[in-house]
Amino acid sequence: MKTDLSPRMKVGLYGLMCVLLIPFVFPTWWMITSSVKPISDIFAFPPDLWPRRFDWSTYAQVFELQPFARQYWNSAYIAAIVTVVTMIISSMAGYAFARIRFPFSNALFMVVLLGLLIPSEVTIVPLFQIFLSWGMINTHWPLILVPIFGAPSVFATFVMRQFFISLPNELEEAARVDGLGRFKIFWTIALPLAKPALGAVAIFTFLHSWNLYLEPIVFLSSTQMFTLPQALTQFTDAYGGAMWNIQLAAATMTAIPVLLVFVVAQKQFVEGLAHTGLKG
Amino acid sequence: MSAPASSKSKPPFWTIARRDAAAGYVFIAPQLLGIVTFVLVPLGLVFWYSLHEWNVLASSFNFVGAANYQMLLADPNLPAVLTASAIFSAGLVVLNMSLALLLAVLLDQKLKGMVVFRTLFFSPVVVSLVAWTIVWSFLLQANGGINGMLAVVGIEGPNWLRTPTTAMISVVVVQVFKNVGLNMVLFLAALQGVPKELYEAARVDGAGRFKQFRRITLPMISPTILLTSIITIVGSLQVFAQIAVLTQGGPGMTTTVLVYYLYQQAFQFHFFGYGSTLSILLFVIVAVLTFAQWQLRKRIVFYEN
Repeated sequence: MKTDLSPRMKVGLYGLMCVLLIPFVFPTWWMITSSVKPISDIFAFPPDLWPRRFDWSTYAQVFELQPFARQYWNSAYIAAIVTVVTMIISSMAGYAFARIRFPFSNALFMVVLLGLLIPSEVTIVPLFQIFLSWGMINTHWPLILVPIFGAPSVFATFVMRQFFISLPNELEEAARVDGLGRFKIFWTIALPLAKPALGAVAIFTFLHSWNLYLEPIVFLSSTQMFTLPQALTQFTDAYGGAMWNIQLAAATMTAIPVLLVFVVAQKQFVEGLAHTGLKG
Repeated sequence: MSAPASSKSKPPFWTIARRDAAAGYVFIAPQLLGIVTFVLVPLGLVFWYSLHEWNVLASSFNFVGAANYQMLLADPNLPAVLTASAIFSAGLVVLNMSLALLLAVLLDQKLKGMVVFRTLFFSPVVVSLVAWTIVWSFLLQANGGINGMLAVVGIEGPNWLRTPTTAMISVVVVQVFKNVGLNMVLFLAALQGVPKELYEAARVDGAGRFKQFRRITLPMISPTILLTSIITIVGSLQVFAQIAVLTQGGPGMTTTVLVYYLYQQAFQFHFFGYGSTLSILLFVIVAVLTFAQWQLRKRIVFYEN
């Protein structure tokens, strides 16, 4: 619907979008500014959009009340492993389903797609039992293995398959005439072309792992092993009440790094996601 | 198969087709093995568990056949849980899809600074989920920021998360603003893929903006609408962290959705058998909804590549 708009319509559009933006931007703003307000100012009336006084001590308290650095590291390394290995496994499977003819490939693809139908919430009870019998409760293995091999990676495989299907045949045929094997073709020709799809898969997978909540609270029990989402909810006083300024400081620290990466790379970010093969 | 060129020497076993097939199996092996181990076997197990009375604390594990399913049908909490799930899913899907489409259409206009707006609308997607939810629970308190703002204009706001009528609305709204950016980007990509000539032809025929939207834009992006709606609905049935952080299922049972109830039964009350029965119910609902939407594709999707 791209038509040139009249100046009046332009002003109207900008105005409408600024109003619509409030619930998207305001909470993050509130989180950051409140995290440096002294606790007495946090519920000031009327609310302050900018802190009257700055109190940075909450940021130190985050690390005193919990092994927050350790928990940060837990989340970061788990998400990194899950992202890299998912990219490898889903691009290989996606490539095979898209470009290699082999017996039962359609039936096997259906089996894999079943994974999309069965979210890990459905299987959380048996998964708990399986990891219990493997001695992996209160370790990070469930948070790594289930996303990489289970239902969450199926979406990645689906995205990669959609991308590889659209590659022209000629690219690979020349390589085959030269006698290149499948793995060489995949690694040197198809995969480098798949960067946009891989980017989308990386973003989805990273955010999914970073946000996991049900699985950590089911599988982990010691604060040393906690991941960030779980750790954020533990900043409570002796009566179970939330210590708001400390919770918000911790929340800010988990939100800001990803937000910064996003602002710097937002073009690739958004276009990568738009490029997930969902365009029809 | 054509006869080999030299019929005397044995043809090599590793023909290109065979080598290809072997490569195919090797490529899909990790994924397939993973699906079997972490999805299909657990699905079989969850069904098996659902036929048992299994209390972890009492370490009892007895085969009871369909008793858990009879208990499910008689569960006095079930109507409330299903109602909460249905309200949450319906509210989320309707709000999410319409807001995403509205934003995508707005951001598709030729205006300066669209990249900035797009970035800002998308930014909650990358704020970590629990962080986002914690901020909102801070804002939605009785003396929180939202009521503070309302008080400035003379309105006394309710205790949003503790009032039965507003608790569910709050949870839905928090979730919509968190994730609407994803659908918005997918819609934006679809909008930009609609051939411009179609609009020009429509304008020549004298079609107004609204008619162009209904007759061209909507049909052309309908495959994207269908796929995003499937993803959004299935995603809405999996909601857990938001409920756990914002309301713990309350007040009463008003925001106890199915996954939260499942978690309570299995991991707080340690009824693994009944928890498994609830898992089967969740699976059936997801499967039925996905299948129904897939069937609808034939009726409502006007255009496919």
